Amino acid sequence: MGSIKHVTDTDFDQAVLQNDKPVLVDFWAEWCGPCRMIAPVLEEIAGTQSKLDIVKLNVDENPQTAAAYRITSIPALNVFAGGKVVKQIIGARPKAALLRELEDYTA
Amino acid sequence: MTEVRNVIIIGSGPAGYTAAVYAARARLHPLVIEGSVTWGGALMTTTEVENYPGFRDGIMGPALMEEMRAQAERFGAEFVTDDAEWVDLTGAVKIVRDASGREYRARSVILAMGSRYRELGLANEKRLSGHGVSWCATCDGFFFRDQDIAVVGGGDSAMEEATFLTRFARKVYVIHRRDELRASKVMQERAFANDTIEFVWNSEVVDIHGDDKVSGLTLRNTQTGEASTLAVSALFVAIGHDPRSDLVAHQVRRDEEGYVLVDHPSTRTDVAGVFAAGDLVDHTYRQAVTAAGTGCQAALDAERYLAASDDAGALSQPAVALAATTDSY
Repeated sequence: MGSIKHVTDTDFDQAVLQNDKPVLVDFWAEWCGPCRMIAPVLEEIAGTQSKLDIVKLNVDENPQTAAAYRITSIPALNVFAGGKVVKQIIGARPKAALLRELEDYTA
Repeated sequence: MTEVRNVIIIGSGPAGYTAAVYAARARLHPLVIEGSVTWGGALMTTTEVENYPGFRDGIMGPALMEEMRAQAERFGAEFVTDDAEWVDLTGAVKIVRDASGREYRARSVILAMGSRYRELGLANEKRLSGHGVSWCATCDGFFFRDQDIAVVGGGDSAMEEATFLTRFARKVYVIHRRDELRASKVMQERAFANDTIEFVWNSEVVDIHGDDKVSGLTLRNTQTGEASTLAVSALFVAIGHDPRSDLVAHQVRRDEEGYVLVDHPSTRTDVAGVFAAGDLVDHTYRQAVTAAGTGCQAALDAERYLAASDDAGALSQPAVALAATTDSY
Protein backbone atom coordinates (compact mmCIF):
# COMPACT_ATOMS: atom_id res chain seq x y z
CA MET A 1 0.00 0.00 0.00
CA GLY A 2 1.03 3.58 -0.54
CA SER A 3 3.41 2.44 -3.20
CA ILE A 4 1.94 3.98 -6.33
CA LYS A 5 4.79 5.19 -8.52
CA HIS A 6 4.76 8.54 -10.27
CA VAL A 7 5.62 8.68 -13.96
CA THR A 8 6.59 11.74 -15.97
CA ASP A 9 6.81 12.94 -19.56
CA THR A 10 10.40 11.71 -19.53
CA ASP A 11 9.93 8.12 -18.39
CA PHE A 12 6.38 7.54 -19.66
CA ASP A 13 7.56 5.59 -22.70
CA GLN A 14 9.71 3.24 -20.71
CA ALA A 15 7.51 2.88 -17.63
CA VAL A 16 4.18 2.60 -19.39
CA LEU A 17 4.42 1.96 -23.12
CA GLN A 18 7.30 -0.54 -22.90
CA ASN A 19 5.90 -2.26 -19.81
CA ASP A 20 5.23 -5.99 -20.24
CA LYS A 21 2.27 -5.79 -17.91
CA PRO A 22 -0.88 -3.74 -18.45
CA VAL A 23 -0.55 -0.37 -16.72
CA LEU A 24 -3.26 1.88 -15.36
CA VAL A 25 -2.24 5.52 -15.56
CA ASP A 26 -4.07 7.83 -13.18
CA PHE A 27 -4.01 11.30 -14.75
CA TRP A 28 -4.43 13.63 -11.81
CA ALA A 29 -3.58 17.02 -10.34
CA GLU A 30 -3.20 18.53 -6.90
CA TRP A 31 -6.16 20.86 -7.43
CA CYS A 32 -8.59 18.13 -8.46
CA GLY A 33 -10.85 17.11 -5.56
CA PRO A 34 -12.23 13.91 -7.11
CA CYS A 35 -8.64 12.84 -7.87
CA ARG A 36 -7.93 12.97 -4.16
CA MET A 37 -11.17 11.15 -3.45
CA ILE A 38 -10.30 8.14 -5.65
CA ALA A 39 -6.65 7.96 -4.53
CA PRO A 40 -7.28 5.58 -1.58
CA VAL A 41 -9.21 3.19 -3.82
CA LEU A 42 -6.36 3.06 -6.33
CA GLU A 43 -3.87 2.46 -3.50
CA GLU A 44 -6.02 -0.41 -2.34
CA ILE A 45 -6.23 -1.98 -5.80
CA ALA A 46 -2.48 -1.55 -6.24
CA GLY A 47 -1.88 -3.27 -2.92
CA THR A 48 -4.15 -6.25 -3.45
CA GLN A 49 -3.15 -7.56 -6.87
CA SER A 50 -0.06 -7.61 -9.06
CA LYS A 51 -1.34 -8.22 -12.58
CA LEU A 52 -2.04 -4.56 -13.27
CA ASP A 53 0.60 -1.92 -12.57
CA ILE A 54 -0.84 1.35 -11.33
CA VAL A 55 1.00 4.64 -11.76
CA LYS A 56 0.13 8.34 -11.42
CA LEU A 57 0.84 11.12 -13.86
CA ASN A 58 0.54 14.71 -12.69
CA VAL A 59 -1.00 16.61 -15.64
CA ASP A 60 0.23 19.95 -14.31
CA GLU A 61 3.85 18.90 -14.38
CA ASN A 62 3.62 16.63 -17.42
CA PRO A 63 1.53 18.46 -20.01
CA GLN A 64 3.01 16.63 -23.01
CA THR A 65 1.71 13.22 -22.09
CA ALA A 66 -1.67 14.59 -21.01
CA ALA A 67 -1.99 16.45 -24.31
CA ALA A 68 -0.81 13.44 -26.34
CA TYR A 69 -3.65 11.37 -24.90
CA ARG A 70 -6.05 14.29 -25.23
CA ILE A 71 -6.96 14.36 -21.58
CA THR A 72 -9.57 17.06 -20.98
CA SER A 73 -11.13 15.76 -17.80
CA ILE A 74 -9.66 14.30 -14.64
CA PRO A 75 -9.49 12.00 -12.88
CA ALA A 76 -8.90 9.98 -16.05
CA LEU A 77 -7.76 6.38 -15.77
CA ASN A 78 -6.21 4.97 -18.94
CA VAL A 79 -5.25 1.33 -19.09
CA PHE A 80 -2.32 0.71 -21.45
CA ALA A 81 -1.45 -2.71 -22.83
CA GLY A 82 1.27 -3.24 -25.42
CA GLY A 83 1.71 0.53 -25.67
CA LYS A 84 -1.91 1.19 -26.57
CA VAL A 85 -4.88 2.56 -24.63
CA VAL A 86 -7.22 -0.38 -24.15
CA LYS A 87 -9.58 1.25 -21.70
CA GLN A 88 -10.43 4.69 -20.42
CA ILE A 89 -12.44 5.56 -17.32
CA ILE A 90 -13.23 9.23 -16.82
CA GLY A 91 -14.40 10.69 -13.53
CA ALA A 92 -14.59 9.21 -10.05
CA ARG A 93 -16.44 5.89 -9.85
CA PRO A 94 -17.41 3.99 -6.73
CA LYS A 95 -14.94 1.31 -5.76
CA ALA A 96 -17.21 -1.59 -6.70
CA ALA A 97 -17.79 -0.12 -10.18
CA LEU A 98 -14.10 0.53 -10.64
CA LEU A 99 -13.21 -3.03 -9.64
CA ARG A 100 -15.76 -4.37 -12.11
CA GLU A 101 -14.41 -2.20 -14.92
CA LEU A 102 -10.86 -3.32 -14.26
CA GLU A 103 -11.67 -7.00 -13.77
CA ASP A 104 -10.26 -7.97 -17.19
CA TYR A 105 -6.82 -6.73 -16.12
CA THR A 106 -6.70 -7.50 -12.43
CA ALA A 107 -8.28 -10.93 -12.13
CA MET B 1 -23.87 -11.49 14.56
CA THR B 2 -22.09 -8.17 14.21
CA GLU B 3 -21.91 -5.70 17.04
CA VAL B 4 -24.92 -3.40 17.47
CA ARG B 5 -23.68 0.18 17.52
CA ASN B 6 -25.41 3.28 18.77
CA VAL B 7 -25.37 5.21 15.54
CA ILE B 8 -24.33 4.85 11.93
CA ILE B 9 -23.96 7.98 9.82
CA ILE B 10 -24.29 7.52 6.06
CA GLY B 11 -22.60 10.34 4.18
CA SER B 12 -19.52 12.47 4.61
CA GLY B 13 -20.20 16.06 3.66
CA PRO B 14 -20.60 18.87 6.19
CA ALA B 15 -23.81 17.25 7.53
CA GLY B 16 -22.28 13.79 8.00
CA TYR B 17 -19.01 14.94 9.54
CA THR B 18 -20.72 17.44 11.86
CA ALA B 19 -23.10 14.72 13.03
CA ALA B 20 -20.00 12.58 13.60
CA VAL B 21 -18.31 15.28 15.70
CA TYR B 22 -21.37 15.66 17.92
CA ALA B 23 -22.13 11.95 18.19
CA ALA B 24 -18.48 11.19 18.98
CA ARG B 25 -18.40 13.86 21.70
CA ALA B 26 -21.56 12.31 23.15
CA ARG B 27 -19.51 9.09 23.35
CA LEU B 28 -21.84 7.29 20.96
CA HIS B 29 -18.85 5.96 18.94
CA PRO B 30 -20.40 6.73 15.57
CA LEU B 31 -19.50 4.82 12.45
CA VAL B 32 -19.41 6.99 9.33
CA ILE B 33 -19.98 5.28 5.99
CA GLU B 34 -18.13 7.82 3.86
CA GLY B 35 -18.51 6.36 0.39
CA SER B 36 -15.61 4.87 -1.56
CA VAL B 37 -14.96 7.93 -3.68
CA THR B 38 -17.28 10.55 -2.24
CA TRP B 39 -15.68 11.44 1.09
CA GLY B 40 -15.89 15.14 1.73
CA GLY B 41 -18.94 15.54 -0.49
CA ALA B 42 -19.71 18.40 -2.81
CA LEU B 43 -17.19 20.82 -1.31
CA MET B 44 -14.38 18.61 -2.60
CA THR B 45 -14.89 20.05 -6.08
CA THR B 46 -15.10 23.67 -5.06
CA THR B 47 -12.30 26.18 -4.67
CA GLU B 48 -12.49 28.92 -2.10
CA VAL B 49 -15.37 28.73 0.39
CA GLU B 50 -15.90 32.33 1.45
CA ASN B 51 -19.12 32.05 3.44
CA TYR B 52 -18.29 29.43 6.06
CA PRO B 53 -18.09 31.35 9.33
CA GLY B 54 -14.76 31.41 11.10
CA PHE B 55 -12.53 31.78 8.05
CA ARG B 56 -12.21 35.47 7.34
CA ASP B 57 -9.99 34.89 4.32
CA GLY B 58 -11.98 31.91 3.09
CA ILE B 59 -10.81 28.30 3.02
CA MET B 60 -10.44 25.82 0.19
CA GLY B 61 -13.36 23.35 0.06
CA PRO B 62 -11.20 20.20 0.27
CA ALA B 63 -9.19 21.68 3.15
CA LEU B 64 -12.37 22.46 5.08
CA MET B 65 -13.58 18.89 4.63
CA GLU B 66 -10.25 17.43 5.72
CA GLU B 67 -10.49 19.53 8.88
CA MET B 68 -14.05 18.35 9.61
CA ARG B 69 -13.07 14.73 9.09
CA ALA B 70 -10.02 15.07 11.34
CA GLN B 71 -12.12 16.79 13.99
CA ALA B 72 -14.60 13.88 14.04
CA GLU B 73 -11.73 11.39 14.14
CA ARG B 74 -10.13 13.20 17.07
CA PHE B 75 -13.21 12.46 19.19
CA GLY B 76 -13.35 8.83 18.18
CA ALA B 77 -15.55 8.60 15.10
CA GLU B 78 -14.80 5.56 12.95
CA PHE B 79 -14.84 5.67 9.18
CA VAL B 80 -15.67 3.14 6.49
CA THR B 81 -14.45 4.28 3.08
CA ASP B 82 -16.97 2.28 1.11
CA ASP B 83 -20.45 2.81 -0.28
CA ALA B 84 -23.64 1.97 1.58
CA GLU B 85 -25.40 -0.29 -0.87
CA TRP B 86 -28.36 -1.68 1.02
CA VAL B 87 -30.17 -0.75 4.20
CA ASP B 88 -32.95 -2.11 6.36
CA LEU B 89 -34.10 0.71 8.60
CA THR B 90 -37.42 -0.68 9.72
CA GLY B 91 -36.53 -2.59 12.88
CA ALA B 92 -35.25 -1.47 16.27
CA VAL B 93 -31.83 -2.57 15.03
CA LYS B 94 -30.99 -1.01 11.67
CA ILE B 95 -28.81 -2.85 9.18
CA VAL B 96 -26.48 -1.25 6.66
CA ARG B 97 -24.52 -3.25 4.10
CA ASP B 98 -21.60 -1.82 2.14
CA ALA B 99 -20.51 -2.57 -1.43
CA SER B 100 -17.91 -5.06 -0.16
CA GLY B 101 -20.68 -7.05 1.52
CA ARG B 102 -19.82 -6.05 5.09
CA GLU B 103 -22.78 -5.58 7.37
CA TYR B 104 -23.15 -3.01 10.15
CA ARG B 105 -25.90 -2.75 12.76
CA ALA B 106 -27.01 0.15 14.90
CA ARG B 107 -29.93 1.36 16.96
CA SER B 108 -30.06 4.63 15.05
CA VAL B 109 -29.05 5.90 11.63
CA ILE B 110 -28.37 9.42 10.39
CA LEU B 111 -28.88 9.85 6.67
CA ALA B 112 -26.63 12.51 5.12
CA MET B 113 -26.01 11.34 1.56
CA GLY B 114 -26.28 14.83 0.10
CA SER B 115 -27.07 15.52 -3.50
CA ARG B 116 -25.72 14.81 -6.94
CA TYR B 117 -25.39 17.26 -9.80
CA ARG B 118 -28.24 17.48 -12.25
CA GLU B 119 -27.76 16.61 -15.90
CA LEU B 120 -29.29 18.48 -18.81
CA GLY B 121 -30.74 15.25 -20.18
CA LEU B 122 -29.49 15.79 -23.74
CA ALA B 123 -28.68 12.92 -26.07
CA ASN B 124 -25.03 13.89 -26.58
CA GLU B 125 -24.35 14.88 -23.01
CA LYS B 126 -23.22 11.45 -21.77
CA ARG B 127 -21.28 10.63 -24.92
CA LEU B 128 -19.26 13.84 -24.69
CA SER B 129 -18.93 13.72 -20.91
CA GLY B 130 -15.21 13.86 -20.18
CA HIS B 131 -14.62 15.18 -23.69
CA GLY B 132 -15.70 18.75 -23.13
CA VAL B 133 -18.88 18.25 -21.12
CA SER B 134 -17.99 18.60 -17.46
CA TRP B 135 -19.50 19.08 -14.00
CA CYS B 136 -16.24 20.05 -12.34
CA ALA B 137 -14.65 23.36 -13.31
CA THR B 138 -11.84 22.94 -10.79
CA CYS B 139 -10.94 19.57 -12.32
CA ASP B 140 -11.22 20.35 -16.00
CA GLY B 141 -10.92 24.13 -16.51
CA PHE B 142 -7.15 23.76 -16.81
CA PHE B 143 -7.51 21.85 -20.08
CA PHE B 144 -9.29 24.70 -21.87
CA ARG B 145 -6.65 27.39 -21.67
CA ASP B 146 -7.21 30.23 -24.16
CA GLN B 147 -10.35 28.63 -25.52
CA ASP B 148 -13.98 29.74 -25.69
CA ILE B 149 -16.15 27.74 -23.31
CA ALA B 150 -19.63 27.89 -21.78
CA VAL B 151 -21.28 27.45 -18.41
CA VAL B 152 -24.99 26.69 -18.20
CA GLY B 153 -26.86 27.74 -15.06
CA GLY B 154 -27.75 30.83 -13.05
CA GLY B 155 -27.07 30.00 -9.41
CA ASP B 156 -24.08 30.37 -7.12
CA SER B 157 -22.36 27.27 -8.48
CA ALA B 158 -22.66 28.54 -12.05
CA MET B 159 -21.22 31.96 -11.09
CA GLU B 160 -18.42 30.36 -9.10
CA GLU B 161 -17.52 28.06 -11.98
CA ALA B 162 -17.70 30.85 -14.57
CA THR B 163 -15.52 33.16 -12.48
CA PHE B 164 -13.04 30.39 -11.78
CA LEU B 165 -12.87 29.40 -15.45
CA THR B 166 -11.81 32.91 -16.49
CA ARG B 167 -8.38 32.02 -15.09
CA PHE B 168 -7.93 29.78 -18.09
CA ALA B 169 -10.41 30.52 -20.83
CA ARG B 170 -10.34 33.29 -23.42
CA LYS B 171 -14.10 33.69 -23.15
CA VAL B 172 -16.69 32.19 -20.82
CA TYR B 173 -20.30 32.32 -21.93
CA VAL B 174 -22.88 31.94 -19.19
CA ILE B 175 -26.09 30.53 -20.61
CA HIS B 176 -29.17 31.06 -18.49
CA ARG B 177 -32.78 30.44 -19.35
CA ARG B 178 -34.09 33.54 -17.64
CA ASP B 179 -33.03 37.20 -17.71
CA GLU B 180 -31.90 37.34 -14.10
CA LEU B 181 -29.78 35.17 -11.85
CA ARG B 182 -30.59 33.17 -8.74
CA ALA B 183 -27.02 33.58 -7.51
CA SER B 184 -26.17 35.63 -4.42
CA LYS B 185 -25.51 39.32 -5.04
CA VAL B 186 -21.80 39.14 -4.32
CA MET B 187 -21.35 36.30 -6.84
CA GLN B 188 -23.42 38.17 -9.44
CA GLU B 189 -21.45 41.37 -9.01
CA ARG B 190 -18.20 39.51 -9.39
CA ALA B 191 -19.38 37.79 -12.57
CA PHE B 192 -20.81 41.01 -14.07
CA ALA B 193 -17.56 42.84 -13.40
CA ASN B 194 -15.50 40.18 -15.17
CA ASP B 195 -14.76 41.16 -18.79
CA THR B 196 -14.06 37.57 -19.80
CA ILE B 197 -17.62 36.51 -18.95
CA GLU B 198 -20.41 37.13 -21.44
CA PHE B 199 -24.01 36.39 -20.49
CA VAL B 200 -26.38 34.71 -22.91
CA TRP B 201 -29.79 35.44 -21.38
CA ASN B 202 -33.13 33.72 -21.95
CA SER B 203 -31.46 30.75 -23.57
CA GLU B 204 -31.33 27.03 -23.05
CA VAL B 205 -28.95 24.43 -24.41
CA VAL B 206 -30.84 22.04 -26.69
CA ASP B 207 -27.95 20.19 -28.33
CA ILE B 208 -24.23 19.61 -27.92
CA HIS B 209 -22.10 19.11 -31.04
CA GLY B 210 -18.87 17.23 -31.55
CA ASP B 211 -17.59 13.85 -32.72
CA ASP B 212 -14.96 13.00 -30.14
CA LYS B 213 -14.94 16.34 -28.35
CA VAL B 214 -17.28 19.27 -27.89
CA SER B 215 -17.24 21.73 -30.80
CA GLY B 216 -20.36 23.80 -30.14
CA LEU B 217 -23.91 24.11 -28.86
CA THR B 218 -27.36 24.71 -30.22
CA LEU B 219 -29.24 27.21 -28.08
CA ARG B 220 -32.90 28.10 -28.12
CA ASN B 221 -34.22 31.44 -27.01
CA THR B 222 -36.82 30.85 -24.33
CA GLN B 223 -38.78 33.98 -25.34
CA THR B 224 -38.80 33.76 -29.13
CA GLY B 225 -38.05 30.06 -29.68
CA GLU B 226 -35.32 31.07 -32.10
CA ALA B 227 -32.38 28.66 -32.44
CA SER B 228 -28.74 29.71 -32.63
CA THR B 229 -25.35 28.07 -32.42
CA LEU B 230 -22.41 28.88 -30.20
CA ALA B 231 -18.90 27.62 -30.97
CA VAL B 232 -17.30 26.45 -27.72
CA SER B 233 -14.93 23.62 -26.85
CA ALA B 234 -16.40 22.89 -23.43
CA LEU B 235 -19.69 23.04 -21.59
CA PHE B 236 -19.71 23.15 -17.80
CA VAL B 237 -23.08 22.12 -16.42
CA ALA B 238 -24.16 23.84 -13.18
CA ILE B 239 -27.95 23.67 -13.22
CA GLY B 240 -28.49 22.38 -9.71
CA HIS B 241 -28.57 19.19 -7.70
CA ASP B 242 -30.91 16.36 -6.82
CA PRO B 243 -31.00 14.50 -3.49
CA ARG B 244 -29.18 11.15 -3.36
CA SER B 245 -31.97 9.28 -1.64
CA ASP B 246 -32.22 6.15 -3.84
CA LEU B 247 -30.68 4.05 -1.07
CA VAL B 248 -33.66 4.69 1.21
CA ALA B 249 -36.35 5.05 -1.49
CA HIS B 250 -38.75 2.49 -0.06
CA GLN B 251 -37.91 2.93 3.59
CA VAL B 252 -38.41 6.53 4.61
CA ARG B 253 -40.94 9.02 3.33
CA ARG B 254 -39.71 11.32 0.58
CA ASP B 255 -41.35 14.09 -1.39
CA GLU B 256 -42.02 13.90 -5.14
CA GLU B 257 -38.54 15.27 -5.90
CA GLY B 258 -36.86 12.64 -3.75
CA TYR B 259 -35.98 14.80 -0.74
CA VAL B 260 -36.27 12.91 2.53
CA LEU B 261 -39.11 14.31 4.64
CA VAL B 262 -38.42 15.17 8.28
CA ASP B 263 -40.56 16.36 11.13
CA HIS B 264 -39.36 19.98 11.20
CA PRO B 265 -37.83 21.54 13.23
CA SER B 266 -36.42 18.13 14.26
CA THR B 267 -34.50 15.84 11.89
CA ARG B 268 -36.74 12.81 12.57
CA THR B 269 -37.89 10.86 9.52
CA ASP B 270 -41.09 8.82 9.62
CA VAL B 271 -39.07 5.79 10.80
CA ALA B 272 -38.19 5.63 14.50
CA GLY B 273 -34.45 5.98 15.07
CA VAL B 274 -33.76 7.31 11.59
CA PHE B 275 -32.74 10.95 11.16
CA ALA B 276 -31.82 12.94 8.08
CA ALA B 277 -29.73 16.06 7.51
CA GLY B 278 -28.09 18.25 4.90
CA ASP B 279 -28.83 18.50 1.19
CA LEU B 280 -30.72 15.21 1.31
CA VAL B 281 -33.51 17.09 3.09
CA ASP B 282 -32.97 20.70 2.14
CA HIS B 283 -34.78 22.19 -0.87
CA THR B 284 -34.13 25.71 0.10
CA TYR B 285 -30.80 26.67 1.60
CA ARG B 286 -28.27 24.04 0.55
CA GLN B 287 -25.27 25.71 2.17
CA ALA B 288 -22.29 24.06 3.83
CA VAL B 289 -23.17 25.83 7.06
CA THR B 290 -26.85 24.83 7.00
CA ALA B 291 -25.86 21.23 6.27
CA ALA B 292 -23.46 21.32 9.21
CA GLY B 293 -26.24 22.80 11.36
CA THR B 294 -28.73 20.07 10.55
CA GLY B 295 -26.00 17.44 10.96
CA CYS B 296 -25.56 18.71 14.52
CA GLN B 297 -29.33 18.57 15.10
CA ALA B 298 -29.49 15.01 13.80
CA ALA B 299 -26.76 13.88 16.20
CA LEU B 300 -28.56 15.52 19.14
CA ASP B 301 -31.88 13.99 18.05
CA ALA B 302 -30.25 10.57 17.79
CA GLU B 303 -28.65 10.99 21.20
CA ARG B 304 -32.06 11.81 22.74
CA TYR B 305 -33.72 8.92 20.95
CA LEU B 306 -31.09 6.50 22.26
CA ALA B 307 -31.40 7.85 25.80
CA ALA B 308 -35.20 7.51 25.67
CA SER B 309 -35.01 3.95 24.41
CA ASP B 310 -32.42 3.17 27.13
CA ASP B 311 -34.91 4.43 29.73
CA ALA B 312 -37.67 2.30 28.21
CA GLY B 313 -35.25 -0.63 28.19
CA ALA B 314 -34.35 -0.04 31.86
CA LEU B 315 -38.02 -0.28 32.87
CA SER B 316 -38.39 -3.67 31.27
CA GLN B 317 -35.02 -4.94 32.39
CA PRO B 318 -36.06 -6.71 35.62
CA ALA B 319 -38.27 -9.02 33.57
CA VAL B 320 -35.41 -9.77 31.23
CA ALA B 321 -33.03 -10.39 34.12
CA LEU B 322 -35.55 -12.65 35.77
CA ALA B 323 -36.03 -14.63 32.60
CA ALA B 324 -32.28 -14.98 32.24
CA THR B 325 -32.01 -16.15 35.83
CA THR B 326 -34.77 -18.66 35.31
CA ASP B 327 -33.05 -19.97 32.21
CA SER B 328 -29.82 -20.59 34.04
CA TYR B 329 -31.43 -22.92 36.54
